Amino acid sequence: MGEYVPSQDLLPRIDRGETVAIGRLITRAEGDVPEARDALANVYKRSGKAHVIGITGVPGSGKSTLVAAMTAKLVASGKRVGVIAVDPSSPYSGGSILGDRIRMTELANNPNVYIRSMATHGEMGGVARSTLATADILDVAGFDVIIIETVGVGQDEVEIVKASHTTVVVSAPGLGDDIQAIKAGVLEIADMHLVSKCDRPDANKTLTDLKQMLTLNAAKIAQSAWRTPVIGVSSLTGMGLDEFIAALEGHRKISVSSEGDKRRLEIAAFRLEKTAKRMLLEEFDKATGSARAELAHRLSRKEGDPYSFALDLVRSVTQ
Amino acid sequence: MTKALDKATADALRAQEKAWEANEVAGFLKKAGETKPAFFTLGDFPVKRTYTAADIADTPLEDIGLPGQYPFTRGPYPTMYRSRNWTMRQIAGFGTAEDTNKRFKFLIAQGQTGISTDFDMPTLMGYDSDHPMSEGEVGREGVAIDTFADMEMMLEGIDLEKISVSLTINPSAWILLAMYICLAEKRGYDLNKISGTVQADILKEFMAQKEFIFPIEPSVRIVRDIITYSAKNLKRYNPINISGYHISEAGSSPLQEAAFTMCNLITYVDEVLKTGIKVDEFAPRLAFFFVCQADFFEEIAKFRALRRVYAKIMKERFGATNPESMRLRFHCQTAAASLTKPQYMNNVMRTSNQALAAVLGGCQSLHTNGYDEAFAIPTEDAMRMALRTQQVIADETNVTQVVDPLGGSYYVESLTTEYEKRIFEIIDEVEKNGGVIKLINDGWFQRHIADFAYETALRKESGEKPCIGVNKYVDGTPDPKIHTHPYDYSTAERQISRTNEVRKNRDNKKHEELLKQLLVVAKDPNQNIMPVSIELIRNGATMGDLVETLKTIWGSYRESPVF
Amino acid sequence: MSQPIRVLLAKVGLDGHDRGVKIVARTLRDAGMDVIYTGLHRTPDEVVNAAVQEDVDILGVSLLSGVQLTVFPKIFKLLEEKGSKDLIIVAGGVMPDEDAEAIKKMGVAEVLLQDTPPAQLVANLKRLVSERGPR
Ligand SMILES: Nc1nc2c(ncn2[C@@H]2O[C@H](COP(=O)(O)OP(=O)(O)OP(=O)(O)O)[C@@H](O)[C@H]2O)c(=O)[nH]1
Ligand SMILES: [Mg+2]
Repeated sequence: MGEYVPSQDLLPRIDRGETVAIGRLITRAEGDVPEARDALANVYKRSGKAHVIGITGVPGSGKSTLVAAMTAKLVASGKRVGVIAVDPSSPYSGGSILGDRIRMTELANNPNVYIRSMATHGEMGGVARSTLATADILDVAGFDVIIIETVGVGQDEVEIVKASHTTVVVSAPGLGDDIQAIKAGVLEIADMHLVSKCDRPDANKTLTDLKQMLTLNAAKIAQSAWRTPVIGVSSLTGMGLDEFIAALEGHRKISVSSEGDKRRLEIAAFRLEKTAKRMLLEEFDKATGSARAELAHRLSRKEGDPYSFALDLVRSVTQ
Repeated sequence: MTKALDKATADALRAQEKAWEANEVAGFLKKAGETKPAFFTLGDFPVKRTYTAADIADTPLEDIGLPGQYPFTRGPYPTMYRSRNWTMRQIAGFGTAEDTNKRFKFLIAQGQTGISTDFDMPTLMGYDSDHPMSEGEVGREGVAIDTFADMEMMLEGIDLEKISVSLTINPSAWILLAMYICLAEKRGYDLNKISGTVQADILKEFMAQKEFIFPIEPSVRIVRDIITYSAKNLKRYNPINISGYHISEAGSSPLQEAAFTMCNLITYVDEVLKTGIKVDEFAPRLAFFFVCQADFFEEIAKFRALRRVYAKIMKERFGATNPESMRLRFHCQTAAASLTKPQYMNNVMRTSNQALAAVLGGCQSLHTNGYDEAFAIPTEDAMRMALRTQQVIADETNVTQVVDPLGGSYYVESLTTEYEKRIFEIIDEVEKNGGVIKLINDGWFQRHIADFAYETALRKESGEKPCIGVNKYVDGTPDPKIHTHPYDYSTAERQISRTNEVRKNRDNKKHEELLKQLLVVAKDPNQNIMPVSIELIRNGATMGDLVETLKTIWGSYRESPVF
Repeated sequence: MSQPIRVLLAKVGLDGHDRGVKIVARTLRDAGMDVIYTGLHRTPDEVVNAAVQEDVDILGVSLLSGVQLTVFPKIFKLLEEKGSKDLIIVAGGVMPDEDAEAIKKMGVAEVLLQDTPPAQLVANLKRLVSERGPR
């Protein structure tokens, strides 16, 4: 039915903002299709204009609803917004049901909004690679703000938000643990803290607890021009959203200044490492397939030991 | 508390059963095994090889009792069908009010004794026929009602004092009730004498059928307003039909259907009591609606247990003193989800068996499904056959001569008691975890329903749950071609033109004022939303006028689906 | 490593019967696919926009309210406007045979009605994707 459109041919269409072309290149980036690497390299070099915001928080803390509400505001102020919503894959089947879009239906027909759902696929570092490549594509397609929503559990998810320009951690009242950020181990990575669902009476306690906790932690946090704010918001009533958006803008200004150099370097190092490891693994699989089977047989007959055999394998790839 | 058997007799009986297992049964099994290692009801209750008096030794005789006596296990009334058959109430509705009026008259001419209205999706969801969301749906799955003029047309020439009307509608129920009240007033009926039912059970919508407009709290408040208004002004009217049917159709087990419905009951009664009204002032008019599924004895036990549970809840928990407040009366419908497309004529038998179980379970009114419902809405021919199915049971089988003929069956009584126990356990669990509204928000009910539905699908696939014509006795012969009910594409146009006519001719200044008043009432939870809504309808408001106005303050409900 | 099949499941129209679509969602997830669910009461434009942005292999539309002959022509028209060429469309729910035939003529690849066994569903979708080829 369909014919394969070369990735390079998608590029001019992406520059024009054609949804079909954007969607297809993202699919290939996610699948790490070798044919697409040149096109993605081109995209990487041209990207860098957009503000990439990572939002994390425990399940049900109101992230998707917040993304919908803030996106509506950003769009109303003339911005184009891309959303990447990441949900975990089932550890049993590797499949997933991705439901974040349900909270964003008002945005479905808005030409200035692009929403993409993604599963983690349980592959270490894989999803970080795909989301960042997706952010590049959306960037060159002309989206000014790119929001990445991930569930704040698990190493991968934390890495994704760390790799964005601004990291937002959401806590919600009534979800059991009063300060969920601590449990998720993401207290320190936040550039700003949000307490969601502030239309609820129990939100005040979460706000105070969080502020107190941050003061206790303040000693640990290095001196910088940026003070991590704690903002109460309600996606239902719109309360606090303007303050939040102003804070995002404030943080963006700092991150594009020389204050942001360190962060940019960290992100580059992170990406380089993830991509290299992925390629290394790929090379390893390709290059050692038959040798591995052979060595395994020998190992099982105790003709050698696992340490020296493994070293042989690794050397055969790296030399 | 009287036991059916004293301990010594019960023990002797159990010993006899053990010996029988060891001798007769074991000997037989050696020659020929049974078809399955273990047997279960459709709702997953394990069943024994046979039942004896020992199996009901622990059921107090008072819990079984007599028909028309607390706890009403054996029936809400002492004489049941010996006095009056159940109401044969086939649901119908399609096209415009004129089209449905014709179908109603046809059904009444065929001997139907009550009517139940099926509304189209826009009406059910509170949209006017010319709203963009209504496109393609006007008058398709039911009748389109936008204004009082439609209601008037739909019930034209039908004697509301003889034929009771059931309005099968939920989030927008209060508007339909307002229309019904306007009609009764216009025809000069005494409001305290008109009977009828409006479904208005919003909680099961959030759990199962997913017809909702507003968030949960204001939605429940509307239900509360319908109940309290009716208790004062419509003394013979059933202001709610608390429904398990849709929970079951969404895939639940019969136990979940029964238990979740009782949880919803408790939530509504709690809400109404908060207004200061006494339980005996409204409880006598609470009505119920359950499915009758395929597992014959299990369904009968379910109905009997429900009556007992309800009586105990109303008396012991809510302190009702009027026996009318403790009698569970229910409408029943055979299970649409059990119908199949392949070999569709088998649906007649399925429906007939389910209908018989409903009658043996003591229903007060019954809808039997048309054989063509797995295709589209039923044709006249299918509806006639469905009605005849009830008439055959009523007039030819003689099952109506004895009240609760299965009372005393060791199996049915034992399963009844088991159901009662499990229903109360689930009620406790729900309360312990924060109550119905919180658990709907958490997706708790939805998850339980989805799990059972998924399991059922897997069991059908493996053949563990036989389904004739689908996974068993599948034959290659093509089914006779079915003529489905046609959709008339001119419906929307006809409907919208009447609605526009009403809009044009109403007092628009008064209309605007009333809408403002509606907002004032809506914002004050201590007021009742019915009176101003009735005023609006009388003055020519459309359903959409009321709903859209309220959305500006209440917003819309958006569910978080669970899988 | 090959990518999981991506499927967008949508409930179009006003009916809220989601028993079927949920069973399908679980079945596909358990078969290792990525399933994006749009929620209830979606319009054809919302569904098409979502399908294109998500670049799914398959768009599954579930409806039980009889609006298939209104909905599918719109979906196909919108897809053409967007320039989407290789999206596979399947329908599910309750509908008369004539309507199933009619929407197949419009380009619906498969009409999977109530009681389609889960394994068959998975097999059918996998076949449709492999027939389409790499994209
Ligand atoms: N009262 C109130 N409820 C909210 C608000 N924002 C979200 N919710 C509710 O919180 C629940 C979860 O919202 P989501 O936006 O899906 O949360 P999430 O963090 O994206 O959830 P996952 O993606 O599952 O991790 C839903 O029931 C929302 O309606 C808010 O501002 N106020
Ligand atoms: Mg989310």
